[in-house]
Amino acid sequence: MTAGAGPDLAAASGDAGMRGWSPQRVWSVAGAVVLVALVWGFYAWDGAQTTAVLGGTVRAATLLVLGAMCGMIGERSGIVNIGIEGQFLMSAFTAFTVASMSGSLFLGVVAGVSTGLAMGWMLAAMSVGLRTDQIIAGTVLNIAALGLTSFFYDRGRSLGQPKYQSIELGPLADLPVVGTALFNRPPLTYLALVLVVVLHVLLLRSVWGMRTTAIGEHPGAAATVGIDVIRLRYWNVTLAGGLAGLGGAYLALESVGTFTRAMSGGRGFLALAVMIFGRRTPLGAYAAALFFGFTTALQGQFQLNDTFDIPAQFVGMLPFVVTIIVVAAAGLFGRMRDPAALGQPYEVR
Amino acid sequence: MAAAAETVVSQTEPEVLLAGHGITKRFGSVVANDDVSVELRPGRILALLGENGAGKSTLVNVLFGLHRPDAGQVVIADENVELSSPHDAIARGVGMVHQHFQLVPPMSVVRNIVLGAEPRKLGMIDVAQARRRVMDLADRFGLHVDPDAAVEDLPVGAQQRVEILKALYRDARVLIADEPTAVLTPQETDHLLDVLRGLTAQGVGIVFITHKLREVMAAADDIVVLREGRVVGTTTPAQTSEAALAELMVGRAVDLHGDRFESGATGVGSAVSTAAAPSDEAPIAEADEQPVVLDIAGLCADDDRGQRAVDELTLAVRAGEIVGVAGVEGNGQRELVEAITGLRHAAAGTVSISDRDASGARPRQVTVIGVGHIPEDRAKHGLIGSYSVADNSVLNRYFKRPFAAGGMLRRDRIDSHARDVVATFDVRTPDVDSPADSLSGGNKQKLIVGREFSDDIDLLIAAQPTRGIDIGAIEFIWRRIRERRDEGTAVLLVSAELDEVLALSDRVAVMYEGRIVATVDPRTATREEIGLLMAGAESSAAGS
Repeated sequence: MTAGAGPDLAAASGDAGMRGWSPQRVWSVAGAVVLVALVWGFYAWDGAQTTAVLGGTVRAATLLVLGAMCGMIGERSGIVNIGIEGQFLMSAFTAFTVASMSGSLFLGVVAGVSTGLAMGWMLAAMSVGLRTDQIIAGTVLNIAALGLTSFFYDRGRSLGQPKYQSIELGPLADLPVVGTALFNRPPLTYLALVLVVVLHVLLLRSVWGMRTTAIGEHPGAAATVGIDVIRLRYWNVTLAGGLAGLGGAYLALESVGTFTRAMSGGRGFLALAVMIFGRRTPLGAYAAALFFGFTTALQGQFQLNDTFDIPAQFVGMLPFVVTIIVVAAAGLFGRMRDPAALGQPYEVR
Repeated sequence: MAAAAETVVSQTEPEVLLAGHGITKRFGSVVANDDVSVELRPGRILALLGENGAGKSTLVNVLFGLHRPDAGQVVIADENVELSSPHDAIARGVGMVHQHFQLVPPMSVVRNIVLGAEPRKLGMIDVAQARRRVMDLADRFGLHVDPDAAVEDLPVGAQQRVEILKALYRDARVLIADEPTAVLTPQETDHLLDVLRGLTAQGVGIVFITHKLREVMAAADDIVVLREGRVVGTTTPAQTSEAALAELMVGRAVDLHGDRFESGATGVGSAVSTAAAPSDEAPIAEADEQPVVLDIAGLCADDDRGQRAVDELTLAVRAGEIVGVAGVEGNGQRELVEAITGLRHAAAGTVSISDRDASGARPRQVTVIGVGHIPEDRAKHGLIGSYSVADNSVLNRYFKRPFAAGGMLRRDRIDSHARDVVATFDVRTPDVDSPADSLSGGNKQKLIVGREFSDDIDLLIAAQPTRGIDIGAIEFIWRRIRERRDEGTAVLLVSAELDEVLALSDRVAVMYEGRIVATVDPRTATREEIGLLMAGAESSAAGS
């Protein structure tokens, strides 16, 4: 679950020149080992609760990693996307509405992904085409999504059918510890997992991935070898929006099963933290998403059990306190460099 | 792209590789190229010589498809062509080695070379094949690089080889090299010229843009001199001399007070003659009795990445002398200058200026002591581009009388001061209210020099004072620096141009890996000796 599958991958992910095991790598592997040991211990101690927490972890992580992948495709191409929150919310709304009206969850997902693509295209049109300040462009998406979904919000509407249900993947689901958490999940979670692996390989190994890195690091150099920077940035930001759209559909149709006002609840922004924490690689982001998801699931379980005899609000702070501590500690690992052309509009001369 | 790159290989030898006939290119009312004709034949090196703004870059950009000519015909491999973008030129076998490398720093050498024309397997990069092809090319042309290193970890000379390989990978028969030696040491330059020679032996033609006459004389087969958008001379090294070329370039006889253009191609003569000239009017013998103005002892400073860049450096500059720091860029010169001027925190050691301890002083304190500073990056640290010429002319003293009183700026004083600077230092600007950004590079630099010189200073720190400006402005700034020296100012000159260091300095301190490895007399040292010291060779013979 740690980022980087070999020297070549690490080299391509922005840690070029890194040979062997860097301190970051030692730390993340050591952390993973400790984590696995802890989880195993808890599982032996209380199987049911551990399974519940792990399930909650994966559920929270799915949305975060979809948003993080949307963000990293944009950033690797040189475009900051802080509109993921809006993309989540808008596509959750359309996914829910279409599924409710048509009675088909699948059509709802199609609507959600299409909405994400459309919002991705709008972001591209503003920040790539019109060279608007990228932070403003993303903010526009967020405000528009909040306003539109609140205005058209229909309190009386319900999904009218059960949300996506879990599918057992045969014997895999009977594995100890991870069986239920990973292999007895609803369909969009599986899809997200597949996308994480596929996108990881594509970003680090494919021609598309290399060109994407090039336009985010040095668009001028990419242009001199015949890469159409503007076009590739348009495509990337638009397609990345589809991932956030899938996240929105997941939120409404699989995670919650309805739509409520502002239901994305800041997780589009948390996805950006996950992306940076995962060093802009899908596997790294998934590890980070699991971590953030874990703290969320843990505090939920604590509240459910009344583990601590203190007000629920304090227990609810857990994910945020841990986030602050971890982000501060992450500073010790050394900062990862941003793509050199991040945030800079490209102009064809 | 991969397919396109493979199909253009034609083995029949064209008579003319690349030519422009009667090229005219206007930008608004400015005629950048006026009926320019050049021709490159296989296996030859064509040098395009001219000052900044003479139209070299415009011409090359037309030949490379970046600009469309208003009139005239581009010919590639005996065919009349219309180029709508550089890709048309690349597809016809024309490659460009850009002055600012077009490389993606964190990506590996192989990836940079194949980018845009990648060998693929199912949409993935065929890494093994890419690597093999790059290695084959490198072997064939003798351009050795580590294929797996990240470009950002390579020295500049190696990055340039990657640029060349990138063009060759695309089957370039013509290489256009835009000021390729500007960033190289003398040894790297010699190596590059050898490489280019090797390429011509395999039938490649090279267009070599430069303003360095010595290189033209050493490497070119044909020379075309441009001035104000026109061809003012077409010649060969055998038929001309450096002095004649300089005159053609500038349009009048040039006096750089060091006669650097009369020296031979070997450069030995240049070192001797350049230093001889200043000694006529400012006898160096006397300098030893002058007080030490800048005294640096055991100075250490780190670069932005926390690596030790200046390492226990000790150096003294006396009143009335110019000490030139020679060295390949990146050997701590920038950090040295910043540590002296208070822009960078020194890790250890002392700096004293005019017998006052200036270690750890803030930039303003250093200014007030009486130090002028011409920073190496005029756009970033020398001027505020959006401010007017007038405001820029008092950046170092706007807070002092007579420019400020009671916390308010006195516009009339500032403007009249600015008009003085503009007149005295020949800054070509419509008026002092124009933004500094609107000036040309040479005029920006003259404005900075004017600002730093108009106060009483005991010490001048000049970092790359003439980088990227035309000969006329170089001549002017050199003369001003010499005048200042003759008036008794101590000058610390830091320059990546060995010619400049040799032409101006009374003593040359060679800097390598954060230390002064030798101090040599420019009258007796040769370019070769200094070049070796700059590259880190032991200082046995030259140290004096």
